[in-house]
Amino acid sequence: MAAPKILMKRGLENPESSHTLDAYEEAGGYRSVRRALDMDPEKIVEEVKASGLRGRGGAGFPTGTKWSFIPRDSEKPTYLVCNSDESEPGTFKDRWLLEKDPHLVLEGMMICAIAIDCRLMFNYLRGEFSFPIKRFQAAVEEAYANGYLGKGIFGSDYDLDVVTHYGAGAYIAGEETGMLESLEGKKAMPRNKPPFPAIEGLFGCPTVINNTETLAALPWIIENGAAAYRQIGTEKSPGTKLFSASGHLNKPGVYEVDLGYSLLEFIEQECGGVRGGKKLKAVIPGGSSVPIMTPQECVGAKMDYEGLRERGSMVGSGGFMVIGDNVSVPACLLNLAHFYAHESCGQCTPCREGCGWIEQLIDRLLDGRGTQGDLDRILRLADNMAGGKTICALADAMAWPAVSYIKKYPHEFAELCVEPVDMDALEAAVAAHAHVLP
Amino acid sequence: MTPVPRRREAFTLSDERLERADRIIARYPGKLAAILPILWLVTEEKGWISPEAMEWVAAKLDCSPAKVQAVVTFYTMFDDHPVGKYKLQVCRTLSCELMGARRIVDHLRERLGIELGQTTGDGMFTLQEVECLASCGTAPMMQCNLKFYEHLTPDRVDALLDELESREPEWEDVEPVIWDRPSDDAYRAMFPESGKALRRERTGGAEVEEL
Repeated sequence: MAAPKILMKRGLENPESSHTLDAYEEAGGYRSVRRALDMDPEKIVEEVKASGLRGRGGAGFPTGTKWSFIPRDSEKPTYLVCNSDESEPGTFKDRWLLEKDPHLVLEGMMICAIAIDCRLMFNYLRGEFSFPIKRFQAAVEEAYANGYLGKGIFGSDYDLDVVTHYGAGAYIAGEETGMLESLEGKKAMPRNKPPFPAIEGLFGCPTVINNTETLAALPWIIENGAAAYRQIGTEKSPGTKLFSASGHLNKPGVYEVDLGYSLLEFIEQECGGVRGGKKLKAVIPGGSSVPIMTPQECVGAKMDYEGLRERGSMVGSGGFMVIGDNVSVPACLLNLAHFYAHESCGQCTPCREGCGWIEQLIDRLLDGRGTQGDLDRILRLADNMAGGKTICALADAMAWPAVSYIKKYPHEFAELCVEPVDMDALEAAVAAHAHVLP
Repeated sequence: MTPVPRRREAFTLSDERLERADRIIARYPGKLAAILPILWLVTEEKGWISPEAMEWVAAKLDCSPAKVQAVVTFYTMFDDHPVGKYKLQVCRTLSCELMGARRIVDHLRERLGIELGQTTGDGMFTLQEVECLASCGTAPMMQCNLKFYEHLTPDRVDALLDELESREPEWEDVEPVIWDRPSDDAYRAMFPESGKALRRERTGGAEVEEL
């Protein structure tokens, strides 16, 4: 089911003032961080591990495990970076949290900081988020004014500062090591790993980078316990997740969903069905990077990490895009190929060249000048981009849509070609490159 | 057109912004980390980042001007050339295009008489397409300087431009304007030929329409 309980409750019940400290505290806010201050930091990490919380930014890595890589005996300072560079096409959930409930994000950051013994934390918001930046910064100032940040927070002997940092327009700054480069004042070009940020991150110091929504789940987990969190969702995907629904829907918007919820019910119940009486043509359930789903694949699909993997897609960032049946799937791919070609940082050749070439090939196809050879070329290019051939996953994020769109809507691509397409040969070509898909 | 050499003008921030710059630099463990916020201050002051401003930032942060230029040109929100008083940036990515962003761009091109990337002769408006701005549920949308306008229709764009033409930019007000959701009919009207969603005008042919 989809019911706001952990992340959206306050913001929906009290939309006019939920962003203020008064409203947040009245609704029970800042109790968890006080509790965390009394806990052994290791115990906080264990609790979050036990909750099964997974990263909500896209990769779905277990949060507590990520924290446990931070060395306890390091002489260097430890940093926390909250990733609010929400730029994945179709995703607008973190914006909602930052605008409606910035104190929730801030409390989540404090809890994580205490768990990893961090004294200076950063929230990196995308530069276009002028209003979320303003809201978050106002929350920070309220917190400082009340002694919740600064020297001896909440009357303890724990000092904690936060910097509201903002970018200036770069999708790749949302990649965690790209973000660190950007925060250090450089071009946001992702770093080779290892070393992983937990060992050598920001300014060469141990660093945790967590998504905004991940951190926002922490106050509830600390207050109610890991066992209670595990009561929600499924065994392997516990808890709730925000899905930001857009495209051809009657009621687009941000929804908090118990993981494991039925995908078709989500479209029909929460999102009010496909707009304008159109039929469903395709769903992109987790942001533009994830493979596309056909209506057949949506039947019986569950919105959780395992359920969507079973159907050949991913939860990703929860950017849930619905496409009606009057839309050309190759045209959607062109739109996204332009995005990735524009956003590739350019340091790895397969990505820099591959994204641009794929865009040009689809452009030629939609221009009525494409051939079956072009479809083969797109598939081969995707194969040469994906699977660890580049420093970060942006190349994969282009390759997955490219291969999955051709695989699942082959006739639409074939019909654009100037000469008749040998569908058996196209199917064989797809099969030869299908290992690219996650 | 032969480029006219620009007269070099010494750059510095206003006293108030200079003070803010120093406070910002002090927050970070390393000076260079302050480069994005400092470049934002420069943008606020001048509207764009000139070569002299880059040299000024480099001196301020103890790095080379080339390093500053690399950052300025990497991030899409910074301009290394003058832009209009109002920068209109229409989101072109998938969710917005599904809801008629192309119609909005066409409307702006017609009304302003400029192409993407250009600035009107009076220096009022610069028109650009940008990538996803995290307003997909309220598509189509655009960012005008720092402010979001969501659920756009051609009529709303007209009313907004009329209003902007009659006043100065307001940098402090960044609360998004989210209009009511247009009706299905209004959306349909944004796709002049039915079923043309996300089709390239050039394609046109019957076989594409049948998809």
